[in-house]
Amino acid sequence: MYEGVVQDLIDELGRLPGVGPKSAQRIAFHILQADPADVRRLTHVLAEVKDKVRFCTVCGNVAQAERCRVCQDPRRDPAVICVVEEPKDVVAIERTREFRGRYHILGGAISPIEGVGPDDLRIRELLARLADGTVTELILATDPNLEGEATATYLARMVKPMGLKVTRLASGLPVGGDLEYADEVTLGRAFEGRRLLDV
Amino acid sequence: MTLFRDDGIVLRTQKLGEADRIITLLTRRQGRVRAVARGIRRTKSKFGARLEPFSHVDVEFFARGGELIGRGLPLCTQVETITAYGSGIVTDYARYTAGTTMLETAERFTEHEGEPALQQYLLLVGGLRTLSGAEHDPRLVLDAFLLRSLAVNGYAPSFEACAQCGMPGPNRFFSVVSGGVVCGQCRVPGSVVPSAESLELLGALLAGDWERADSAEDRYCREGSGIVAAYLQWHLERGLRSLRFVENGAALNRSRL
Ligand SMILES: [Zn+2]
Ligand SMILES: [Zn+2]
Repeated sequence: MYEGVVQDLIDELGRLPGVGPKSAQRIAFHILQADPADVRRLTHVLAEVKDKVRFCTVCGNVAQAERCRVCQDPRRDPAVICVVEEPKDVVAIERTREFRGRYHILGGAISPIEGVGPDDLRIRELLARLADGTVTELILATDPNLEGEATATYLARMVKPMGLKVTRLASGLPVGGDLEYADEVTLGRAFEGRRLLDV
Repeated sequence: MTLFRDDGIVLRTQKLGEADRIITLLTRRQGRVRAVARGIRRTKSKFGARLEPFSHVDVEFFARGGELIGRGLPLCTQVETITAYGSGIVTDYARYTAGTTMLETAERFTEHEGEPALQQYLLLVGGLRTLSGAEHDPRLVLDAFLLRSLAVNGYAPSFEACAQCGMPGPNRFFSVVSGGVVCGQCRVPGSVVPSAESLELLGALLAGDWERADSAEDRYCREGSGIVAAYLQWHLERGLRSLRFVENGAALNRSRL
């Protein structure tokens, strides 16, 4: 245990995701020894991020205005919505420059064992966006793990009566790896999702 | 430093640090075990999808001390798939919610890590095989699993003979506190009178008589599920988190038919 405010700092840092007690201590001493200007800049952005950043009223992504940049951009195709779990998934997909539609952030995946059900995610908001018929394709880009799959299964069934085109991101072999190391589930998926080679 | 090898079902996974996960398994010889899978969240991890919930796997653990449970969490070093039940479960929401409740139940009935629970393990393997085979209503598969889990843990409910005095059935009154159906003499306040068909269904599920169970009408299945849930909650200290989502799944499934 350290004295007063140093221990408070270690405790606060230790509450951050992925930061254990040892890392919290290391970060705390880094801050103690850092240049005061650096620390002031950090406290400033911490305060600012809570003041200025909001969640887009349309898609739920982080935004600096009522609507996020993607939702405001008239060049983005309003007929296609890509559904993801978290804002960081949007960042990953945007980096590919493959997708020109809009997003919908669920805020997680269905996980009954953790007490998270469909009502705890932004599914009602998604259905509301689909109601006026503008959207013709829904891309389900939840994580390729069990909970992400279950969430996609649930959504696909919910929107089935609406007659939309519903697609799921392809799962398969990681590019750059060796086939022999692939597990059965991944390899099985890769077979299901095989495509025609047009040569 | 010791290597252990066992097979088990993955019950739950939790994120750890940047790219790791803590995997909870119910193993054949060591009961419930928690172990760390390093780097598993990276797309190029050697584990791939092998350690997802519902997977039946052959695992090699690396423990720091001479025991598997004790000095910190062991590491998963090698994993081979025996059967990936998840693929047949996750494609149907009712199966997924029923299956998740089975995993949580198995976890709750194996309170102490490293304590062998062979019967619970065998029940879970059998239950997941039946569930992913999609031959029976997921809710019935779940109720059968819950009843038999109660039984192997010493809480077998009686659906015929009086749970108190042993008077041969059929007995009309059902009391969670008394341990099943009770006769008119042994009946306690709070006893309910379920329909005879529901009690018959529960008896069939406990005995593994699928022919009789599959032919039960929906309203008796629903009443039976309610009785099983009440009985289970009584014997577990805390309620199951996933159980309340099962009704939703089953209701959704029905509305689709
Ligand atoms: Zn937006
Ligand atoms: Zn009696």
